[in-house]
Amino acid sequence: MAIEFIDIVETSLAGLGTGSLMALTGVAFVIIYKATKVINLAIGEMLMIGAFVFYGFSAGLALPIWASVPATLVVAALIGGVIERTMIRPLLKDNPVSVFMVTIGLTSVLIGVVELVWSAEPRRLPEFLPQQPVLIGDAFIPSKTAYSFLIASAVMAVLITVFAFWRGGIALRATATDRAAASSVGIDVPGVFSFSWMLAATVAALAGILVGSVGGISSAMGLFGLSVFVVVIVGGLDSILGALIAGLFIGWLEAMVGRFLGGEFKLLATFSILLIVLVVRPYGLFGTHEIERL
Amino acid sequence: MAVSPLHPAAPVRPPAARLDVEDLSLQFGGVKALDGIELHVEPGSITALIGPNGAGKTSAFNSISGFYKPKTGRVLLDGQDITGVPARDRAKLGLARTFQNIALFRGMTVLDNIKLGRHAHLTTGVFDAFLYWGKARREEMELRAEIERDVIDFLELDHIRNVPVAILPYGLQKKVELARALAMRPRILMLDEPVAGMNREETEDMARAILDVRDEWGVTVLLVEHDMGMVMDISDRVCVLNFGRRIAAGTPAEVRANPDVIKAYLGGSGDPRKGADPAAVSEVA
Repeated sequence: MAIEFIDIVETSLAGLGTGSLMALTGVAFVIIYKATKVINLAIGEMLMIGAFVFYGFSAGLALPIWASVPATLVVAALIGGVIERTMIRPLLKDNPVSVFMVTIGLTSVLIGVVELVWSAEPRRLPEFLPQQPVLIGDAFIPSKTAYSFLIASAVMAVLITVFAFWRGGIALRATATDRAAASSVGIDVPGVFSFSWMLAATVAALAGILVGSVGGISSAMGLFGLSVFVVVIVGGLDSILGALIAGLFIGWLEAMVGRFLGGEFKLLATFSILLIVLVVRPYGLFGTHEIERL
Repeated sequence: MAVSPLHPAAPVRPPAARLDVEDLSLQFGGVKALDGIELHVEPGSITALIGPNGAGKTSAFNSISGFYKPKTGRVLLDGQDITGVPARDRAKLGLARTFQNIALFRGMTVLDNIKLGRHAHLTTGVFDAFLYWGKARREEMELRAEIERDVIDFLELDHIRNVPVAILPYGLQKKVELARALAMRPRILMLDEPVAGMNREETEDMARAILDVRDEWGVTVLLVEHDMGMVMDISDRVCVLNFGRRIAAGTPAEVRANPDVIKAYLGGSGDPRKGADPAAVSEVA
């Protein structure tokens, strides 16, 4: 047999590791879409700025890891809140396409801020995950991939539980469905908007820390967002579970195709899946049926 | 307040509220949508706001429920000035409304829609739910039991409680909207064209539901409606608007006999305000 079993297992596990980070970022995207119906093209850049803020705290200020992670998440939430308050809320009554365009502009703003502060040079995050590689049976997994997977999975498990059982999750959906009706039953619509952007920015920043710890950080790392768009379109723009499953699947598929067919087929595989899903189920595998087209 | 023997455990409901609108004016650009509207709604009454298309009924409605900001005038709930209170906080004060074009949460079930009506009154808020998991759960169970008993059984929606609202026929969707408003435990229930587009049977069903709600819940009802038969049947008081001004107010019989009203509806010559002094007519109220 040309392909060894162990090779398949190791590639699969590495793929699931990357996939879990795509899934986590996808969840951040979905939180915003679910509550505000905004397609946030800047999710990759929100991830990037989170990674750089972490770099600033952990390398720049040399804070210990237990201080720099929470500090990063708090700063990320603030950034999310400021973006919502200054760029999204003023456009609430406008056509969704304008908001969508604003998020495109936001990508440039965030890249610009990062390059102004930290320059365009790629950097490495300080090592903070255990160095010891993880062995599952005979399969060898790089430690960063393994720990990223575990952390991302834990965070997603919490988010999925919260959104499934917490009444506020329904308030988010209600706000997205009909803002007038939501405020008529006493839901704080602007509050929901702020909350969803702050939460999404926090989740994206966490994903940024993990992505950066695996592959280093640079002002171009927002490109990771491109794969995430495939993930959320495949999974369904408004489905957290969909983002999770599609993220793991796309990550796994890219790793397998890259390993056994060659790196040049990776994107071919990803975008073929995207194409098939768009033709067969344009609202995604788990999405709500009536998503509007832009 | 009437308590049905069927619901012995019915909770004490907040008393019906009185609503007063004083000198309310609203402007969109150069257009005067409302011009010095006066409206007094007695506690526990059913009051209808009528008028030809474009008379300002929905504008008045949206100003009272906090969706529009009036240019001048005051809205008083039991004497408390709520003019500057945002819509979501008016919900907490006991002001519940339905919408002219059904505004249900599509994609959710009937029960979820109705439960959302209680959002404003639950003491555990968006962030507390993380902290008081047990309390939030208990509240959720009590809420569900109460809604089953007081709203779903009451409006005879039990057979559709787990059906997604989007697939329901129009008349039932309107009724679910009423149910959601009732779940808010309102002191004032505002219904924007509750029977618009309904057939006779659905209209009668809705009219009966509104009367039952008033009688059993003791809630004040303010409604906007085009169906004159229904308005005249169930209303205690009727207020007529035309071109953003109040042209008449009184009992259904008084309003029906009012020459300005007849002119407004049947199309008299030119501006109906010229016909009579509106102040004189409003003395009837």
